[in-house]
Amino acid sequence: MKNLWDIFKKGVIVENPIFVLALSLCPALAVTASAITALTMGLSVMFVITANNVVVSLTRKLVNPKVRVPVYITSIATIVTLVQLLLQAFAPELYKALGIYLALIVVFAIILARAEVFASKNSVIPSFFDGLGMGTGFTLALLLIGCIRELLGAGSIFGIPVIGDWYDPALIMILPAGGFILIGYLVGGFKMLTEYMEKVEAKKGDA
Amino acid sequence: MEYFTLFISAVIVNNFVLTKFLGLCIFFGVSKNLNASIGMGMAVTSVMTLSSMLAWVVYNFVLVPLNLTFMTTAVFVLLIASFVQLLEMIIKKQAPALYNMWGIYLLLIATNCVVLAVPLLNAESSFSFLKSVVYAVGSGLGFALAIILMASLREKLRLADVPKPLEGLGIAFILAGMLALAFTGFSGMITL
Repeated sequence: MKNLWDIFKKGVIVENPIFVLALSLCPALAVTASAITALTMGLSVMFVITANNVVVSLTRKLVNPKVRVPVYITSIATIVTLVQLLLQAFAPELYKALGIYLALIVVFAIILARAEVFASKNSVIPSFFDGLGMGTGFTLALLLIGCIRELLGAGSIFGIPVIGDWYDPALIMILPAGGFILIGYLVGGFKMLTEYMEKVEAKKGDA
Repeated sequence: MEYFTLFISAVIVNNFVLTKFLGLCIFFGVSKNLNASIGMGMAVTSVMTLSSMLAWVVYNFVLVPLNLTFMTTAVFVLLIASFVQLLEMIIKKQAPALYNMWGIYLLLIATNCVVLAVPLLNAESSFSFLKSVVYAVGSGLGFALAIILMASLREKLRLADVPKPLEGLGIAFILAGMLALAFTGFSGMITL
């Protein structure tokens, strides 16, 4: 149980897909102008990555290593199509807002990377938790960026105004430029945080 | 005239990297080096153009008549990945000099959002064949423009004194933000 928790936790902080591994950056900027699209995107990716990890792990002994990448891509593409159809049917507005980026989940490096690095070598349950952890880390990162951008750029979170009328929204945060700059500072902040945590750990080791 | 506006719009106004955030992984990965960026820009432009042509034919002559458009994503990914793989083999055999110049970038872009996005957008806006090609060339050149600008900026950055936590990726993002801000100036110039 402890092991599974560690696998889960690693995806959220130490190997956070966006801030640490810097994989799949396109969606981190493209769909984070508001919190709700960021959350939908995060959850979609979490579903795809977990389902794909399970599929890859289940079939890992059947697939010839030489053709593994095309097999992974086919599996990912199938799951993404499923998500597309589901969202189109049950949340057409969100489907429209995410637009082409939803289809582009297929080529997110993070999903292929997890299949190759983890799921192809581990059994089903750890792979499931690995996908869940990575997906959670991804969703949280997206949500964080989405909330900050919506708060500063429109004065609201999830469409609910939280800052009073006195606040003059900084339009730049919703524009592409603001997204880039915010992520730059977040990456820097994350680096400081992990370095600080390592220092604390090292001190504990000495004592 | 219509084609010209489409072209300019793809290169500058709706620049793929700086306003649509596509191809960021390559954009940040490769732009450390100017020569590599030029090679990458060329590779992306040519692969994008060729794969949009191929995807247009498959979409309009296979997927639409058979009512299989819901499989567009899956078909395009596999189509482009195998096409790039094939292209790499042909170039390696037929033009080794060219291969040495940008062959290594080909595999990197086999499954990449920027290359997949153009055929998908073409299919979505149901462009004609010629329009698809113009759009693909424009988008490719726009990508090349952005990555070359970025690489030149980052070469200057080597001499700058950057705060420690922002070194590397952090400052690259902020720089891209400045670049995007400059491109915001073009927005609204052409509306399609």
